Amino acid sequence: MIDTLRLTAEGAKQLLDTKEISGAELFAAYLAAIGERDPELHAYLHVCDDPGGDGIPIALKDVIGTKGVPTTAGSKILESYVPVFDSTVAARCKEHGLRLLGKTNTDEFAMGSSTENSAYGPSHNPWDPTRVPGGSGGGSAAAVSGGLAPWALGSDTGGSIKQPAALCGHVGLRPTYGTVSRFGVVAFASSLDQVGPVAKNVRDCAYLYSIIAGRDENDSTTVEVPAVELPTADDLKGLRIGVPKEMNEAEGIEPGVTAAVRAAIELAESLGAEVGECSLPRSVEYGVACYYLVAPAEASSNLGRYDGVRYGLRSDGADFREMLMNTRHDGFGDEPKRRIMIGTYALSSGYYDAYYGKAQRVRTMIRNEHAEVFEKFDLIVSPTSPTVAFKLGEKAGNPLAMYLNDLLTIPSCMAGLPGMNIPVGLSEGLPVGLQLIGPQFSENALFRAGHALEQAIGFDGVPERLR
Amino acid sequence: MAGISKEEVLHVARLARLELTDEEVGRFQEQLSAIIEAISKVSELDLSDVEPTAHPLEIANTWAEDEPRPSLTLEEVFANAPDREDDYFKVPPA
Repeated sequence: MIDTLRLTAEGAKQLLDTKEISGAELFAAYLAAIGERDPELHAYLHVCDDPGGDGIPIALKDVIGTKGVPTTAGSKILESYVPVFDSTVAARCKEHGLRLLGKTNTDEFAMGSSTENSAYGPSHNPWDPTRVPGGSGGGSAAAVSGGLAPWALGSDTGGSIKQPAALCGHVGLRPTYGTVSRFGVVAFASSLDQVGPVAKNVRDCAYLYSIIAGRDENDSTTVEVPAVELPTADDLKGLRIGVPKEMNEAEGIEPGVTAAVRAAIELAESLGAEVGECSLPRSVEYGVACYYLVAPAEASSNLGRYDGVRYGLRSDGADFREMLMNTRHDGFGDEPKRRIMIGTYALSSGYYDAYYGKAQRVRTMIRNEHAEVFEKFDLIVSPTSPTVAFKLGEKAGNPLAMYLNDLLTIPSCMAGLPGMNIPVGLSEGLPVGLQLIGPQFSENALFRAGHALEQAIGFDGVPERLR
Repeated sequence: MAGISKEEVLHVARLARLELTDEEVGRFQEQLSAIIEAISKVSELDLSDVEPTAHPLEIANTWAEDEPRPSLTLEEVFANAPDREDDYFKVPPA
């Protein structure tokens, strides 16, 4: 009997290598778990048949293009879209023998923090199905935490990997901008979008990162990356950890979240880390405003391609323009419409300097503040999400309240820095996540620190109700 | 207080080629006004001496060899097309 709730990718690989189980048995175990629990969790938008082979199964967020397998980005406008080529990350997974279990739910075009913006209905949190799994990558998060995939890929623009990982109690890495190819991935905001691993523990996360990272000639923003080291150390000797005051004392952080994060920081100190306070005075205060200018501006440009001509939905219209406007009206949900309009407004004549131009300067300020902090510290830490998983519907009617979920994940995204969530405890029976942020290309340091903390904390990632 | 009028919502929607119903115009006017007020916070800062960041990595001019490589077949190119005539995407008259 394969316990998909507990089996890690590394564990699965061992079972396969020693021929204790066959590839077919392993894949079937996940399909059975999906059959049992996905009607409740709705982690998947599309489930695949076993393609054969002996590799580890994997789920991919539905913004990641997969040849011959539907890729909807959670949108009606791509309901019938079946890519004719693989994204680079999907191809690298295949080359590594990984087998596609299916495509996971996402807020439409990865715009959201709860999956409630998916055109195909929300996913549910495996710890409490009346609550959201976070977003936009809530489908990958629910799949990994609910035992419906050993690991998965997500994409992160302002927190879409880290925040769901926090709300569902597992590990998620948003890698340094430029380390992972976006070729064949549905674009949202190109100066921010990053693909990254979603996993049960830090070693799996590092292993999956090593499979997908590196220069791709089809994505000119990618660079060569340092060799990935699978973490083994269980101490933090010599590591300087900064605790940014504004990110740990921000208004709206729940007391239970603060308590679990403080306990993890004390534990880090007992493992040998040097912990000190630091400050990112304006990154937190202006981060969200900056993000909600830059990301919608880029989205309004990227989503211009959905025109009913080459692929995707086409609505009727007497002439070309009417067809185009009807297609975009019928195909996009409210959140993409809002962001397209905000972005168009911010880029329009007379407003450009005051909005987009200004936001780009704020972005430099955020980068500079982080660079200054990293002169004194190797990593910084804070809660990933100010709250534990909230109820479905609780924030759905108020876009602005939903945007504040990303308060703590956004600043490092604007600066192009890597960040990783690890679960550190429970509050009110729901997972609390700690985010570790480092300088560009410091993934190995994040893995090392995350792994040591994870060993010391001993968090049980299987939702209590499923144990 | 920053805000956006109904006429501005319609203007922006037209620029973005989005048809909106009357109900949507009303709803988006309210929501977009709240969002624009929040993002206008960046105007508090004087950053005239700060350079803008367009991209978080210091890379420029990535070159590829200019040589032919295999590309998609025409059948693949048209595989997802809503309408086609011969080797053209077919659209309603302009």
